[in-house]
Amino acid sequence: MFDWCVDPKSLEGASWLACYLTTPKHANFYISFFTVIGLLLVTVPPILLFGFAGAFAKRAAFAPIRWIGSLYTTMVRGVPDIVFFLFVPIALDQGIEYLRHKTLCREQTGSVWQGNDFVVCAAAKMPLGPSEQWVHDMYGFALAVIAYAIVFGAFAANIIDGALKAVPKGQIEAGQTIGMSPRQILWRIHLPQMWVYALPGLSNLWMILIKATPLLFLLGVEDVVYWARELGGMKTQAFAYPHPDWRVWYFGVLLIFYLFLTWVSQIGFDRLTARATRGMAVAR
Amino acid sequence: MNFLKLAGAAIMGVAIAGTAMAAGHSVRMGTEGAYPPYNFINDAGEVDGFEREMGDELCVRAQLECTWVTNDWDSIIPNLVSGNYDTIIAGMSVTSERDEVIDFTNEYIPASPSYYVALAGEEIDLTGGVIAAQTATIQANHIAASGATLVEFATPDETIAAVRNGEADAVLADGDYLAPIVAESNGELAIVEQVAIGGGVALGIRESDGELKAKLNAAIDSMKADGTLNAMLAKWFTENPPQW
Repeated sequence: MFDWCVDPKSLEGASWLACYLTTPKHANFYISFFTVIGLLLVTVPPILLFGFAGAFAKRAAFAPIRWIGSLYTTMVRGVPDIVFFLFVPIALDQGIEYLRHKTLCREQTGSVWQGNDFVVCAAAKMPLGPSEQWVHDMYGFALAVIAYAIVFGAFAANIIDGALKAVPKGQIEAGQTIGMSPRQILWRIHLPQMWVYALPGLSNLWMILIKATPLLFLLGVEDVVYWARELGGMKTQAFAYPHPDWRVWYFGVLLIFYLFLTWVSQIGFDRLTARATRGMAVAR
Repeated sequence: MNFLKLAGAAIMGVAIAGTAMAAGHSVRMGTEGAYPPYNFINDAGEVDGFEREMGDELCVRAQLECTWVTNDWDSIIPNLVSGNYDTIIAGMSVTSERDEVIDFTNEYIPASPSYYVALAGEEIDLTGGVIAAQTATIQANHIAASGATLVEFATPDETIAAVRNGEADAVLADGDYLAPIVAESNGELAIVEQVAIGGGVALGIRESDGELKAKLNAAIDSMKADGTLNAMLAKWFTENPPQW
């Protein structure tokens, strides 16, 4: 970074630290904070999508759809997160590669399962072997987003279902008496009034989601925890910047980061709640 | 960083990749990146170490285009088998249990002893005490069989920290990994005993990948024959380097 950093082992004190904190490896650490924030922002729309789909499935008039909704929320909420995070991305990845293998490499008739190996032809690999590393990273990130959306969507479905039920029946009936169609009642009365009941539950879910982001590390995404552990570990003379075990400092930084995230989120949710409560006959 | 843009680019990239056929023969080298001097992430954020230098030379000799990826030690074999990368080059000793699941090339580091390391000046009961080792290593198996209480850690770094903070009485790991750590501990750590466990170190590959194995074997043999492998071993393993 700085031009005096050419020979780190001859440096001392503040100049050593300045060089140490600006290595490309530390840049990876700083970028990983944005990976975490990016994951949080990217997963919210699919989580709400799964949530609304699950909630409306549970309320459907047609019984089989109701069963699917109940099965989804019950099953996903019952299985430990960590099992899901390990299972969903691997199953998705192998499923995609299996389908691509079947369509792109029809001449190969052997099974893709050869003993312990899962072997698909080179053209069916996802992403392709020679792809740039960032393509592999984005693919892993996308699988992670889907896994988070499925798991947290099941919780969101229950929250939204409960909030829809909590809207007073009189409000709906008032809509019917003035001749609104079911669609109008849904969009003008039911959904706008639902938020005030859903927000406390959704804010809980958001806080849990923030704290679940270190699970990214399990999926091979190099997140803040990976880099904190990697940078903080003791470094021998084989490294340009040898130092003893400094993990406590790096994890201290993570502590502050996560506290900051949850603090900002709380402010945001307070504002959303104030907005959703406007003109509503609910006690604050 | 604009993630929407990145995500969009990724989708396009996948779409393009989906229509184009695989170009060139590219090999993904899987390593742990946490086991100096075998392999580690250097301050430029890249894989470095003995295995990086040797692996790059192997790829030149075998005329392969190689990219390096890191993976947790714990899941390094499952991810090879499911095709996330094509080789394991991570200081992995050849054992019969591993050989049932994956295949190994010719060895590139001869069998070298493992060390028990503890705080200097302490009396350690190696068969009854608490000994730390990395999960799923030959050393962990050795401790479990010796009668001592085994505590396992996901990374080698944590096994050393466990000895320093008193959680474990001693650590058992490859001597080539521990030697520089002991030498740089200013007398805090000491080697208690050396034991010979396990065979040499080789690249792990899928059992169905015979062609790659043949290419890598030829490259390893040629590096042994002209002495470059011994020179690299002497460069990276400064204390009693293993030699062919």
